[in-house]
Amino acid sequence: MSVQTPTPTTGASASTRPQQKHENALPRWVPLAVFAAGAALAALLSALTGFNVVLFVIYAVVLGTLAVYVVSRVAEGRRRATDRLVTSVVTAAFGIATVPLVALVWEVIGRGSERFDGEFFGASLQGIIGEGGGAYHALMGTLIITALTTALSVPIGLLAAIYLVEYAQGRLKRAITFFVDVMTGIPSIVAGLFAYALFVLIFGPGIRLGIMGAIALSVLMIPVVVRSAEEVLKLVPNELREASYALGVPKWRTITKVVLPTAIAGIGTGVTLAIARVIGETAPLLITVGITNATNFDPFDGRMATLPVYAYYQLTQPGVPPQFAIDRAWTAALLLIMLVMGLNVVARLISRFFAPKTGR
Amino acid sequence: MAKRIDVSDLNIYYGSFRAVEGVNVSIEPRSITALIGPSGCGKSTFLRTLNRMHEVIPGARVEGKVVMDGQDLYGADTDPVTVRRQIGMVFQRPNPFPTMSIYENVAAGLRLNSVKMSKSDMDDLVERSLKGANLWEEVKDRLDRPGSGLSGGQQQRLCIARAIAVEPDVLLMDEPCSALDPISTLAIEDLMTELKERFTIVIVTHNMQQAARVSEQTGFFNLNGVGQPGRLIEFNPTEKIFSNPDVKATEDYISGRFG
Amino acid sequence: MTATRTPSDQSTTKPPRRPGDRIFAGSAKGAGILILVILAGVAAFLMAEAFPALTAPAEEIPGEEGLVSYIAPLLFGTLLSAVIALVVATPLAVAIALFITHYAPRRMAQGLGYVVDLLAAIPSIVYGFWGIFWLAPKLVPFYRWLEENLGFIPLFAGPTSSTGRTMLTVGLVLAIMILPIISAISREVFRQVPTLHKEAALALGATRWEMIKMAVIPYGKSGIIGGAMLGLGRALGETMAVAIILSVSGGITFNLISSANPATIAANIALDFPESTGIDVNTLIASGLALFVITLAVNMLARWIVNRRADFSGAN
Repeated sequence: MSVQTPTPTTGASASTRPQQKHENALPRWVPLAVFAAGAALAALLSALTGFNVVLFVIYAVVLGTLAVYVVSRVAEGRRRATDRLVTSVVTAAFGIATVPLVALVWEVIGRGSERFDGEFFGASLQGIIGEGGGAYHALMGTLIITALTTALSVPIGLLAAIYLVEYAQGRLKRAITFFVDVMTGIPSIVAGLFAYALFVLIFGPGIRLGIMGAIALSVLMIPVVVRSAEEVLKLVPNELREASYALGVPKWRTITKVVLPTAIAGIGTGVTLAIARVIGETAPLLITVGITNATNFDPFDGRMATLPVYAYYQLTQPGVPPQFAIDRAWTAALLLIMLVMGLNVVARLISRFFAPKTGR
Repeated sequence: MAKRIDVSDLNIYYGSFRAVEGVNVSIEPRSITALIGPSGCGKSTFLRTLNRMHEVIPGARVEGKVVMDGQDLYGADTDPVTVRRQIGMVFQRPNPFPTMSIYENVAAGLRLNSVKMSKSDMDDLVERSLKGANLWEEVKDRLDRPGSGLSGGQQQRLCIARAIAVEPDVLLMDEPCSALDPISTLAIEDLMTELKERFTIVIVTHNMQQAARVSEQTGFFNLNGVGQPGRLIEFNPTEKIFSNPDVKATEDYISGRFG
Repeated sequence: MTATRTPSDQSTTKPPRRPGDRIFAGSAKGAGILILVILAGVAAFLMAEAFPALTAPAEEIPGEEGLVSYIAPLLFGTLLSAVIALVVATPLAVAIALFITHYAPRRMAQGLGYVVDLLAAIPSIVYGFWGIFWLAPKLVPFYRWLEENLGFIPLFAGPTSSTGRTMLTVGLVLAIMILPIISAISREVFRQVPTLHKEAALALGATRWEMIKMAVIPYGKSGIIGGAMLGLGRALGETMAVAIILSVSGGITFNLISSANPATIAANIALDFPESTGIDVNTLIASGLALFVITLAVNMLARWIVNRRADFSGAN
């Protein structure tokens, strides 16, 4: 917040009352103008050294910030100058964070739209060498495995959250809460190794199944579901539980018919975000589900293709000539981003439209 | 309908803290019994033990006996859920279920317990309960709207309708008017005097005029100091309590000398 | 029903519970315990499958020098990339959190928060694609400059990789990936700073930065540390972005900008597992076990720090 003096007579009053220098804040437009001057200098500099957008932005931010600092230091004193410097740095930090986001989305859209066509969604890679082919089998594989993961994770995660909020006390509650938090930090590749190690003991080495992937992803998804559902269940006012108990409704019916319906929007949002978190996971699927060029809808029988693993292999083992596979890889990446972003949007819509209504 | 409750030697605990001790009282059927006293003296806690809502809080427990028409409410084979079906409760803040319509809120006690009932019987019950709560005329055209869209006073009467729809024997009210404006308060007080024909009513209130206006019997709770258990100091007909109480502390409290 | 019961009797006898309640409460508790079992299962099954590699003779392990010298460079690569990520991401994330909580216009704050959270939503493989095709080539001139001007520092000794697929690139991509978690936790604690503390500082005539230095940062310090540790945990276990971007040729080196880099444990598993058989698989699982133990320790420490702060702040 830049404090404004009613009249912009900064210089004059500063010289008459030097002991109160810091009280004489610059009017709002001055820092902006000074910053612009710094940026103009930067433009000149980068024009001399050969124009480059990235360098120009860096020069502009550095020179502009410096200029504001110097002017403020002279006119307003050290403390305010430092304040302005920090404001610039902090704002620049946010700007820096948006650069990769924009660049990444731009790059993926640019390269991915190349093969964003009917064949990509309609065909598998069976018998494809070089041009053409698609990711139908991988898309279906991703949907099937994600659906299985959701079917495994949501009941377990939701029940565990209910236990934590409605029943648990004491040490077991603390232990579960703590280890759920810890579990959110398990590396995805470790979850994959776990599923592999589990199935190897039953089926022998080299096993690859869709269900293994679903179990690996569940290890990653369950804690996310627990955490979000727990937060939402805690938000359900205790008064509603009491109202239900006072009507002679047993606890389990109170939970299933009062608490859960009240929290359903938040739970839906949480589950959707949890799906978004696992749908793009690559590493665990790479080592549990593998890859195939053919379409396989049976998660209990052999390898399946999934979008992220498909994208990985298309990029790293493109064959000759490589460009066709690399194009397919980017389109798969684009599709993944669209799925994830779409799920994020759906999550926000759920929380907006399915929240308990209070209107008259 | 409308049963009497006898409480003997009741001690109430939160964990190891004794919140209320040594309550002995008989609550008459078809009448209103008011409980008054300063904040934190245990009157709400005591009220919640009458339908075993107290033990919903982790660590809360009671010693002693509460008997309703010969039935030991804390007997080894008594199910607290059954007790609560017989003894309904209305809370300080109106708490209609936000996911349910007005109709569903009234039917909630039966619906949530999956009681099978024909549509016309259910319609009758909802209408009867809403009429019993003096709310029917105001909401009969919008029964399918959310209950949380009503005004505070209407919401509280909706909660009363919801409580009487399960046809309890006793109705407990925990400061039912403290969140309401004077007009709504008056409506609820009128409603209470109608309901006492059918139910035993126990009400906790901070408003002494309210206790004087509506109740037949009044109990005064007090505590000796912070951290001490609350006690039932005096229990007498309301007229006596407000004109010539037996205990000095009651008189001090009622005349506004403390609390 | 008239039998008098002693107090102890009353506190021990549980009221009869309905079958519905018993089944529901039981399955909820079962689900809670199942989570602990799964976590224990992860450790147990990894150990079971890692065991053959632990007992195998040294020459059967890839590299033929035993398990320790197989894992050591991987562990070094894992730690190095994660530390770079942490050093870059933490100040940036704290600055972003300050911007969102204290500098951005209040109406925009939530939207800006979403923008940072979106960084967390992007799948790691897509970061890999972006890193190798967009970021790495763009960093090559910068690396050349580093080599020419700061080459005397071992970190930038070069020779510069012509593809930009270096340890430093990986560290930067990881930094972007862990930015959201650190900034989310920092945001959370900055928002919990009691208004009274802040107003007290402002009432003393402090500028906004002085207020932040006096009231916000000290209050949020353990939250920042905890968030950074969680970010470290993520960076240690990150797989696909590293596997795609990093140009690997073994060996322990601090040279961040050359094309010879040690792999990380996670990336090495992703690269080698699909083609491995026999004892090689057990070796990879043993390295995964090491990664699991490290991330578990880091995460437990992080959670302990974050939770301890929550206990004292009274903000729960």
